[in-house]
Amino acid sequence: MTMTATLVYLDVLPAEGLRKPQLDLLAAGRILGPVSAAVATPPSDAVVQQLGEHGVETVYTPDESDLSSYLVAPQAAWLAAVAAVAQPGAIVLDNSFEGKEIAGRLGVRLDAGVITDVVALEADGTAHKSVLAGSYEVSAKATSPVAVFTVKPGAAEAAAAPAAGSPTVTTVEVPQGAFAHAARITGRTDRPRSGRPELTEAAIVVAGGRGTDGDFGPIEELADALGAAVGASRAATDAGWISHDFQVGQTGKTVSPQLYISAGISGAIQQKAGMQTAKIIVAVNSDPESPVFEIADFGVVGDLFKVLPQATEEIKRRRA
Amino acid sequence: MGDTLKIVVLVKHVPDAQFDRHIGPDRTLERSESILSELDEYALEAALQLSEARGGEKAGNQVIALTMGTADAANALKKALQIGASSGVHVTDEALAGSDAWATSLVLAAALRAIGDVDLIVAGMASTDGETSLVPAQLAERLGLPQLTFASSLEVEGRTAVIRRDGGTTSDTVEADLPAVVSVTDQINEPRYPNFKGILAAKKKKIATFSLADLGLDAGQVGSAGALTRVEQAEPRPARTAGTIITDEGDAGVKLVDFLAAQKLV
Repeated sequence: MTMTATLVYLDVLPAEGLRKPQLDLLAAGRILGPVSAAVATPPSDAVVQQLGEHGVETVYTPDESDLSSYLVAPQAAWLAAVAAVAQPGAIVLDNSFEGKEIAGRLGVRLDAGVITDVVALEADGTAHKSVLAGSYEVSAKATSPVAVFTVKPGAAEAAAAPAAGSPTVTTVEVPQGAFAHAARITGRTDRPRSGRPELTEAAIVVAGGRGTDGDFGPIEELADALGAAVGASRAATDAGWISHDFQVGQTGKTVSPQLYISAGISGAIQQKAGMQTAKIIVAVNSDPESPVFEIADFGVVGDLFKVLPQATEEIKRRRA
Repeated sequence: MGDTLKIVVLVKHVPDAQFDRHIGPDRTLERSESILSELDEYALEAALQLSEARGGEKAGNQVIALTMGTADAANALKKALQIGASSGVHVTDEALAGSDAWATSLVLAAALRAIGDVDLIVAGMASTDGETSLVPAQLAERLGLPQLTFASSLEVEGRTAVIRRDGGTTSDTVEADLPAVVSVTDQINEPRYPNFKGILAAKKKKIATFSLADLGLDAGQVGSAGALTRVEQAEPRPARTAGTIITDEGDAGVKLVDFLAAQKLV
């Protein structure tokens, strides 16, 4: 099996240590071959050591430290410069907005095929992903000398390398003119945080729709009893009952939790699109004809305002 | 050129996501029952609002709908003209079939150069078929332009475009000088429907058609021949089958928890 030298791009590095999704991304890169890391901010000594523990042989950092106040054109220009030094056969980025956009620009700069939304990688460079809102599974390969992948959370599980190394840290200059076509971030406000797990990463999601009639109380209480994230159908977000951030479906987020509990959602194709890769689907709906019952592993025809609170109480009782 | 804007909206003719969609034996999408991609309507609306705020077409603003695709894709342009775009540009060539994002951005960049003097390029947040969201970034890279993507608001002041971009933990204000590439989410506006007057007016609007040769491109650079990615296998996800469905008789909440416990989920 040929091993492909792989460059993993990591954005903002916390001084105290890499975040779990960043370590998972390194593990995804190691499936392909030996990894080096391109980090957008200068890493602390602790982070360099941690990168070594996770199999990174070389760490590339930019000479300019403020790449983070611009959107993507400078990052792509710098990463292309790193690629010219590191000569990787594959480049791995996260699947965030920025990750995909840097990947896209890099694809143009390096004449490289880009595969987004990757859920699994094989050593030969085969990438697996879902398409058409989860209705098909495809495997794809880049036919170019360099392949660029943006990888979703959960594609690989972080693991320490068999032997920890001490990576060399190499500075690569940000190319002249890289900022000429940059978009500038001029303001940033924190968004309210719920304290619940991130919707796209949660193991359990409890989602509500039109049937809540705007009252997400029972949804949230069941979610909290299960340590779950809250989701919503487009009908609920369009009605203004809950922020669009919680929307699951065709134009919202795609989730693949272990358990998806759908309450008061009919399960039209747009909504099904975002959740049909869940391992187990439970549905509560007052209409026995709802399409959601065709795909539910367990369904309750009933009133969510009765069924959900009873389930919440029962979970608490069993835990007590 | 003053305050007027020449805006190009990227539109795509895609299979209707309201119905089941299928990948054929050649591992490309079957394109029957196609419509103007729903997410592109938000881009068109954003462009029309910018134009109207500056006096619209009468004042010299232009909103040009651009698509690449088969002869049928002209239907997406016609819909855009009915909604309010001032003219359309259709890049069509048999060699384009099977183009990936890399080739698509190559062709669209050439078409934008042919259109010339564009201030703003507006796209939807993704196509509802390919869903990669790569094209705006690749187009910006090819044209040497900044990109402002996933905008939930968009304003143009003088020669600066400003957007709001809502991420997972922060909401950012991002700006760039024109010309720029912008992509907008479905939160940015309420797209209008074509009205009777718009449908009649559209019949008089022009659609310019370009072939690859017109754009100075070679067939080998695009389509399946030029694609840098290859789908090896495509399998429909096995249909989920219905499990146990019960009707609440007062104890369904407890039974639901019994089910979760049996699955070791609580």
